[in-house]
Amino acid sequence: MPEEALSRVFAALSDPIRRDMVARLADSDATVNELAEPYDVSVQAVSKHLKVLEDAGLVSRSRDAQRRPVHLEAEVFDLMTKWIERYRRQAEDRYRRLDDVLRSMPEDDQQRRAKRTTSKTRKETRR
Amino acid sequence: MTTMTHETEITADDKVPVIRITREFDAPPAKVFRAHTDPGLLAQWLGPRDLEMTVNNFDCRTGGAYRYTHRRGEDEFRFYGSFHEVRPDELIVQTFTYEGVPDGVALEWAQFEALDDGRTRLTVTSLVASFEERDAILSSGMAHGVREGYEKLDELLRKASGSARTN
Repeated sequence: MPEEALSRVFAALSDPIRRDMVARLADSDATVNELAEPYDVSVQAVSKHLKVLEDAGLVSRSRDAQRRPVHLEAEVFDLMTKWIERYRRQAEDRYRRLDDVLRSMPEDDQQRRAKRTTSKTRKETRR
Repeated sequence: MTTMTHETEITADDKVPVIRITREFDAPPAKVFRAHTDPGLLAQWLGPRDLEMTVNNFDCRTGGAYRYTHRRGEDEFRFYGSFHEVRPDELIVQTFTYEGVPDGVALEWAQFEALDDGRTRLTVTSLVASFEERDAILSSGMAHGVREGYEKLDELLRKASGSARTN
């Protein structure tokens, strides 16, 4: 089922180290050792992260070359990013409309409610 | 994964099927809360501009319910749910269902957090029953060709991993 494949991609990218690895691989291919360098974790742990990314189809490793550099499958990543960005933009559009609504709401209403809920000690009665 | 710009932020978790949306507003919590609980105000921003929104009923209090309709020409999209907890200027817990998919339901928390200078951080967390449902919602932005999108992704994954585990 393609939905499961998509879930794997989401899950693979939910980890901060894996996201960082993907970001670095976007610049250039790298070996496991090179990828492990900046992190305070074992090469073995990095290999595990790579396996998750590989299973999700986000990265690949050449079978023959001795260094077996890791390569980012940018196409898969682009597709994911596009989906989430599209969803995000819809939310952003919605909240820009809310920005407009908030600007159009009367100011004294805001103050009245703020006083009622946050500063009961003040004796303001302005309505 | 997280997509962040200076504005709306979306987070999808890998442990539980949730989508979290975070956004800050130049207005205090009381005002942002009211824009969520006053149906007249809600109708002005919730739906896309090309859809006309009609609020059929809106009993925004703990134990209350709501129903609204988005209309574009002949097409109608109806949504409904229950309010489980409504705490002024702080929290709204509600369910959300699209009438076309009555078995699907999202449980949503809208938290209104006061920031300095009379600003508000809104965090909306949506929990659904499965990751498949969650990802379908996330990808629903691609109004056209979601299926094609999946097919294309599937194809790419096959190509990329060599041993695609798609069932």
